[in-house]
Amino acid sequence: MGFMNRDIVSIRDFSREDLDSIFGVARRMEKEGYDRGLLKGKRISLLFYEPSTRTRLSFQAAAQSLGADTVWFAGVEGTSVMKGETLKDTIETVANYADAIVIRHPYDGAARWAADITSRRAARGEKKVPVINGGDGRNEHPTQTMLDLYTIAQSQGRIDGLTIAMVGDLKYGRTVHSLAYALGLYSCRIRLVAPEQLQMPHHIISYLASRGVECTLHTSIEEVIGEADILYMTRIQRERFPDENEYNKVRGVYRVTRKTLQPAKPTMRVMHPLPRVDEISVDVDDDSRSYYFKQAGNGVPIRAALLAMVLGGIS
Amino acid sequence: MNAQAGGAKKGMIVSPIENGTVIDHLPPGKAVRIAQMLGLTEGAVVIIGQNLKSTKYGRKDLIKVENRFLTDEECSRIALFAPNATVNIIRNSELVEKRKVTIPDVVEGIAVCSNANCITNKEPVPTRMVTVSRSPVTIACHYCGYEVKAEDLRFRG
Repeated sequence: MGFMNRDIVSIRDFSREDLDSIFGVARRMEKEGYDRGLLKGKRISLLFYEPSTRTRLSFQAAAQSLGADTVWFAGVEGTSVMKGETLKDTIETVANYADAIVIRHPYDGAARWAADITSRRAARGEKKVPVINGGDGRNEHPTQTMLDLYTIAQSQGRIDGLTIAMVGDLKYGRTVHSLAYALGLYSCRIRLVAPEQLQMPHHIISYLASRGVECTLHTSIEEVIGEADILYMTRIQRERFPDENEYNKVRGVYRVTRKTLQPAKPTMRVMHPLPRVDEISVDVDDDSRSYYFKQAGNGVPIRAALLAMVLGGIS
Repeated sequence: MNAQAGGAKKGMIVSPIENGTVIDHLPPGKAVRIAQMLGLTEGAVVIIGQNLKSTKYGRKDLIKVENRFLTDEECSRIALFAPNATVNIIRNSELVEKRKVTIPDVVEGIAVCSNANCITNKEPVPTRMVTVSRSPVTIACHYCGYEVKAEDLRFRG
């Protein structure tokens, strides 16, 4: 499937070949530099209904690296959303101003709805404005997963055959949901480390089983640290809990320190979608196995590759 | 065809109807739920049989509704809960049509996503549910991907 004007909503919409194409373009851009004329005259709208540092800024940096303009809001304060405007009306409006829309939204499925709205516009004879999901509620964060896979391959030289441990809030964490779905395309082993009440949703575990992925459940990092090639830490997300008491029961349950890493392989890498609170101690930052800031840096080449493919016809 | 469907001949546990629909071969315990889902409990004469003997399935439920004929879309909805159901049309006490139900690929507008944080439960968005597995019948929200077994699917109003 081609990439021109394609919506980037769920990682499940992408084949392994699709992902390889994106990684190939990103690698080429990192090596040869960004073509500042590629998206000259294009405008990308960044609609961030929820807080973001890395996703928004890396999309903006990626757009500017390719010569595109951006129009954006960060937080709904000061927008008509505060007056009760629906997502549909906002998308119908912004689609007139932009060649692509990147959206982060607190509700699950908001990005798919936005993509459907711009597809209906196209059916009415307007140009198709592709929608890129920058994280929708507790559901998915596909571009994070693309940069995560790119980072895993970059740090280990491969994805197949690795043991990948995901730790923390696996129930509400959209990054781990998308990553788990994507790893179903590879032959790796997955270790899911979480308190029972924050374990990965059953339908995702069933999906991994259906793909033949070896997947086991754990409650402590110590059970998996020795065999892991990637330790993918996540934050326990206070804002996703329906009940503050439930959050307080599990906050701070996992904390990686230099001591935690002692049994780990020297080639193991610690990743985290960031922001962190207290789940990785600051002294780990200087350990050769820490990789989360490099991971965050990969947001620019991956998102530039996506914009170039979706808007610039690059393949 | 002259025999009325639904096992009403021998023993006559469930009374025959003159005009209407007999929904047969429902899994035991499902008849009331299906009658509610189709809105049959509001006004029409409805006879519900539960845990009746079935030569094919051992036990079954059955619904007879007078002067009501189901649309194809309603038959598809029955299939979500009862993939083996048969829908029999009765006119002048005669069985005039026997339909098998088929599981729909998509259910639009009438179901409710079970994910409270789904955009369809927060803004005026028409729901769209997609069948992702036929055995057991499993339905996923087109927008948020949340999956439920068909028997747990909820419908609007």
